[in-house]
Amino acid sequence: MMSNEAGIISTLFREEFAKMVAVISKRYGLQYIETAEDIVSETFLTATESWNQKGIPPNPVAWLYTVAKQKTLHHFRRNKILTDKVIPQLQTGQETAIEMADVTFSTRHIKDSQLQMLFAVCNAAIASEAQISLALRILCGFRIEEIAEAFLTNKEAINKRLFRAKERLRTEKINMEFPPDSEISDRLDNALHIIYLLFNEGYYSKTQNQILRKELCYEAMRLGVLLIENEHTNMPKTNALMALMCFHASRFKARQTDEADFVLYENQDESDWDNDLIRQGMYFLHCSAAGDEITSYHLEAKIAYCHCTKADTNEKWEEVLQLYNQLLLVNYSPAVALNRTYALYKANGKEEALREAKKLNLANNHFYFVLLGELYKDVDNKKATENFQRALALAKTDTEKKIILKRMQT
Amino acid sequence: MKEFMFLFRLPYQVDDSEVTPEKMQELGKKWNDWVGDIAAQGKVVNAGPRLESTGKVLKQRGVVTDGPFVEVREMLGGFLRIKADSLEEATTLAHGCPAIDQGGSVEIRPVYAQH
Repeated sequence: MMSNEAGIISTLFREEFAKMVAVISKRYGLQYIETAEDIVSETFLTATESWNQKGIPPNPVAWLYTVAKQKTLHHFRRNKILTDKVIPQLQTGQETAIEMADVTFSTRHIKDSQLQMLFAVCNAAIASEAQISLALRILCGFRIEEIAEAFLTNKEAINKRLFRAKERLRTEKINMEFPPDSEISDRLDNALHIIYLLFNEGYYSKTQNQILRKELCYEAMRLGVLLIENEHTNMPKTNALMALMCFHASRFKARQTDEADFVLYENQDESDWDNDLIRQGMYFLHCSAAGDEITSYHLEAKIAYCHCTKADTNEKWEEVLQLYNQLLLVNYSPAVALNRTYALYKANGKEEALREAKKLNLANNHFYFVLLGELYKDVDNKKATENFQRALALAKTDTEKKIILKRMQT
Repeated sequence: MKEFMFLFRLPYQVDDSEVTPEKMQELGKKWNDWVGDIAAQGKVVNAGPRLESTGKVLKQRGVVTDGPFVEVREMLGGFLRIKADSLEEATTLAHGCPAIDQGGSVEIRPVYAQH
């Protein structure tokens, strides 16, 4: 029965770690975030020991909250005695930040604390790479070794990143609080961006660990839902991002590799698409069509929605092309430029697409040469082969190489 | 890279009620694809607003007239801020601009570098 318990604890860790850290940090202040992590980790250690001996309690979550609460109160009580004795200017009887009031794990309080933690972590003062690691750890409860695997690096590197990020939280005196109304839209932009990056980290991840990749995406979506559930953060752009994530996630099963969309899409089996997620995405897309702001999430969500119909019609590609034209003006990236050129080919033909593709000049991007190879097919097969071979030389992983070879032969 | 401003001048049209929606859509596509071509090269700095064809002109001694704005033949249709290595490259990028098909022109002007 060992494996059963281990499985349950592992699931609970993912679901509950972040909640408990948020509540404890909210109660005692963000400067104690590491203490909060230690307390919660210890709680899980105690759970492992106890549940292995006595079996899983009837309500494991309540069990965890009770133990975490005891450990928290114990820690800060002991800490208070120390501080009181060591620092004489702390007068007894005077209320300090560290006092023994209750730690509450109610659903409402957990949600509020997590939302405030989300805003604290998604603060522009922290470098984005460190921010993503911190978000994975503190908001999503990923273990250090999992974060290291997602970034194809080692635990030490991630620990260093986390240390620096937490140091920034302290030095910038970032508090856990809900942003005031006047700042909410801007602060939300940061939070949405981090959620978008988290999702992409899973969707286009370097790691081949499919379970981990899916979990990254689902955690990003969970944070999105957290923002949708709060009336202040439930804005059109929040819905646009949710729609985008739903449409992408609907293709998890159909998607076998990490190749760029334009290469992969034609090979997908649409019976593998998740229709429930597509429907949810449509709902969010509908909710996103309000206000007068068109964000890159809106445009990307619409493109993803177009791709949820497999029909290879000119109208569809014309719409996709126009969306990419707009997206390039809001948010240029080589990947968007390449996907736009592919849409140009499907909508306006190879000749025009080839002419524009040659101007792109993305000499170190293997997708660029895959695209050129694709466009030269049946126009100039010798050039097609040359370009595919350049793509092969630039490709880094075996999966990438396999796909390029397959494209060459079809 | 330097920055340049494309100024689109279009034939002055007092009455565009005869333009069919299909024609408008087709024209819109041409413009979007042309700007998209430049944007795909990562060379658009800022897509300026499109200007409506109505407005006023203020001249010396407080004389206010309704359009036409610059000369009788043309009006300013919009802007696009782009980046390019030279005026020559910027001019090359301007080729294919639908304003030219519409009987208008593109003015290519370097933007003063800000310090």
